[in-house]
Amino acid sequence: MMDYISNTAAEQDKMLQEIGIKAVKDLFQMIPEAVSADDRLNIEPGISELELMRKTQFQAGKNKSLDQQISFLGAGAYDHYLPGIIDALISRSEFYTAYTPYQAELSQGTLEAVYEYQSMICDLTGMGIANASMLDGGSAAAEAVTMAARITGNSRVLLPDTVNPAYREVIKTYGTGSDLEFIDLKGKQQIIDPAQIKENINDQTAVVVLQYPNFYGSLEKMDEISNIIKNNKNTLLLVIANPILLGVLKAPADFGADIVVGEAQNLGNGLNYGGPNLGFMACKDDRKMLRQLPGRIVGKTTDVDGKEGFVLTLQTREQHIRREKATSNICTNEALNALMATIYLSTMGKEGLKEVGEQCYHKAHYLAKKIDSLSDFEVLNRDNFFNEFVLKTEKDSTVLMEALLAEDIIVGYDLKNIGEDGILVCTTEKRTKAEMDKLVKKLEVL
Amino acid sequence: MEEKLIKDYSSPGRKGYSLPPLEVEKSDLEAELNGYLREELELPEVSEVDVVRHYTALSEMNYGVDSGIYPLGSCTMKYNPKRNERVARTAGLTNIHPYQPEEQLQGSLEILYQLKLDLAEISAMDEITLQPASGAHGEFVSLMIVKKYFEEREENRTKVIVPDSAHGTNPASATMAGFEVVEIASNERGMVDLDALAEALDEKTAALMLTNPNTLGIFEEDILKITEMVHQAGGLVYYDGANMNAIMGYAKPGLMDFDLMHFNLHKTFSTPHGGGGPGSGPVGVKDFLAPYLPRPLLKKDEKKYYWDYQRPKSIGKVHSFYGNYGVMLRAWAYIKTLGGSGLKKTTENAVLNANYLKARLKKDFELPYAEDSLHEFVLSGSRQKEEGASTLQIAKRLLDYDQYAPTIYFPLVVKEAMMIEPTETENIETLDHFVETMLTISREIKEDPELVNNAPHSTTVRKLDETKAARNPDLHW
Repeated sequence: MMDYISNTAAEQDKMLQEIGIKAVKDLFQMIPEAVSADDRLNIEPGISELELMRKTQFQAGKNKSLDQQISFLGAGAYDHYLPGIIDALISRSEFYTAYTPYQAELSQGTLEAVYEYQSMICDLTGMGIANASMLDGGSAAAEAVTMAARITGNSRVLLPDTVNPAYREVIKTYGTGSDLEFIDLKGKQQIIDPAQIKENINDQTAVVVLQYPNFYGSLEKMDEISNIIKNNKNTLLLVIANPILLGVLKAPADFGADIVVGEAQNLGNGLNYGGPNLGFMACKDDRKMLRQLPGRIVGKTTDVDGKEGFVLTLQTREQHIRREKATSNICTNEALNALMATIYLSTMGKEGLKEVGEQCYHKAHYLAKKIDSLSDFEVLNRDNFFNEFVLKTEKDSTVLMEALLAEDIIVGYDLKNIGEDGILVCTTEKRTKAEMDKLVKKLEVL
Repeated sequence: MEEKLIKDYSSPGRKGYSLPPLEVEKSDLEAELNGYLREELELPEVSEVDVVRHYTALSEMNYGVDSGIYPLGSCTMKYNPKRNERVARTAGLTNIHPYQPEEQLQGSLEILYQLKLDLAEISAMDEITLQPASGAHGEFVSLMIVKKYFEEREENRTKVIVPDSAHGTNPASATMAGFEVVEIASNERGMVDLDALAEALDEKTAALMLTNPNTLGIFEEDILKITEMVHQAGGLVYYDGANMNAIMGYAKPGLMDFDLMHFNLHKTFSTPHGGGGPGSGPVGVKDFLAPYLPRPLLKKDEKKYYWDYQRPKSIGKVHSFYGNYGVMLRAWAYIKTLGGSGLKKTTENAVLNANYLKARLKKDFELPYAEDSLHEFVLSGSRQKEEGASTLQIAKRLLDYDQYAPTIYFPLVVKEAMMIEPTETENIETLDHFVETMLTISREIKEDPELVNNAPHSTTVRKLDETKAARNPDLHW
């Protein structure tokens, strides 16, 4: 057992003397007996570090991690390569053991890194303003929807089912708090038909939500839909973008996005079973939008000697000042994950990010073509996908997935989970030709 | 600025990455993505060494718990054990995808289940969700549960009562959940004013949000009366768990008759704050509220641990996956290391350290509430302000002495407030050094207020112009 307490019994006695009491328990006299817990918590006695590490290894041994098999899982969490310098740098305790930078003069490291992060998010998305991070992709999307409702004064939300189903559920949970009305649009051939947007948009519509690429890996008709939205002056376009693909794909701003959010876990953050992830949020450089933007924002300023430095700014939007009138309740965010993304983007640079995106694309298309040529399999969105695609089989997908698991292959995400046929397959730069060929070979014989 | 931006290290053609060769034949990407291709991207072009030197330089301009005392009230900046970092970096536990089959992840799910059981034991709550990713996220989840509960009962309750000493997230979360916030004043002893509470309670009251001990560090001695009053009015009582470090092993929110609560794993359970996050804000509820918890809920049957999605009354999801798992691993490691008696000892030493600081500081700084306090206490800098330097300047001067400042100007009920929470992991020398520094600053204000008013002097940048930052926002390069 270890309790991380330094003071000895003698030192504690000295402190009690200074306070003017006899025993530690006297400090708790104001707590009524009726609510006092029993004199001990019914939790197993503490253990040493050696025992803890043994226990940890034992638990890890009951898992089968991705290191022990070939995975084509994506669907919102992505297995990309993590450069070693990320963990080395964020392990500097001046970064990871710091609090939110309330005292700017002693927190310039965190603040400057957040400013860099905001700059890189603006660069990737093409937007004018980015905040310091959101809790994850799903909650960022949800807060963007409520933000759009506040800006437009409207409550109708067009929500295509080509948006990640987990995000749709989070958006709806948040929407209940703000009395939003959701219009579910059904996609055709893995994308949403712009005619559907046209039919359902009206002057009560706050926002149209599009994912880029969408949940199935396909690219929506961004230009066409954007033009429809532009004809509705009081409706915003919210784009949920995959940031690691933005080295290849056009910035959402170029399609007229008003707000861009997404999950940036894939920028230098590991999988960690889905958390901590990194939500990002950016919007147009517009005062009205900025006032409604949730989350912390870092700005550059000068000190009394004219030297440049960084502070948390525009805090009058935030909960600790505005309380019930705040744009959001966000206090703790995902700062360390944002630092990881910043180091990742710095390391990869513009060439590296482009190369990662291209490798994802080429590898996914190599695999899809091979699978599509097999007799019992079909790639549904073969003409329109980036690095995730829908695999359709005449066989029972559950049986097929089980059989592949026995061969140490996770072929993808079973769309049965969301009531659809098919398997969502994802390929990143980490998958090798040998791994993909193995999958194809197994599919052939199963 | 002290260290130039990473983009200013950029040199055309410089590279910091390497990828294996592509191996497969290329598709006609340009043609296939016609109309979707990016032309311009301005990310820095730097080498690996450039990146390492730059972020090392930035880290040197920062201050963490490992640097020294971090007495931010209500933030519980205790030591972040290094062994927990090792646990959270164990490949078999972390290189796992959220949609892997549950059968492959029984080791991790068992850890999460143990964490749930321990949190339930510490709080006397019946069921726990680990999904909320921060304390405020947990507050929001709790209020959505309250909302759904009354909707099911077809009761139209629209108001949430929040004391004026509450954390700012409380009213913000209540508003996000669609409630109207009613603020009630504290009494002269710094506790909930029972008359004000009685007046605020009516058939529209959905819930009271309460921190106990409150942000003054004072335990609400009438807590059972308070929860009873709210229940009699038909409302629910929510416990803000930010101050749990004050009561482990001495009181449990469930025994105080709270109906639901959130925990801050990044406060009470030692996980690092990361310069602002990530955190984790699990929510605990009594049995009758369990059906409303977010989907999915971790369960166990005879054979295995599994995620239960069949929850028709659930408020829905609030996170893309299951919450901040990496943070949960650290909290699990912490609880395993300390055990039940260690957690109780933690609380005892947190309260002892805070009371020792209070005893030593109350002669020179005004103590606005004489009431006994637990893990934190609030001083007022009013006296020093009259002598020539505000609380803000005391905070800035502390930075010159290589110590972080307390939470300032909060709670709002105290003028020139300094909210101090040393935590249990500081030793007596560190506490004494903090006291001596505060006394030195108090003396400096008497002798040379300008010295304090122009602080900080020794930090990498001096006092920054916040007005300019807000008036002319410069938010990216």
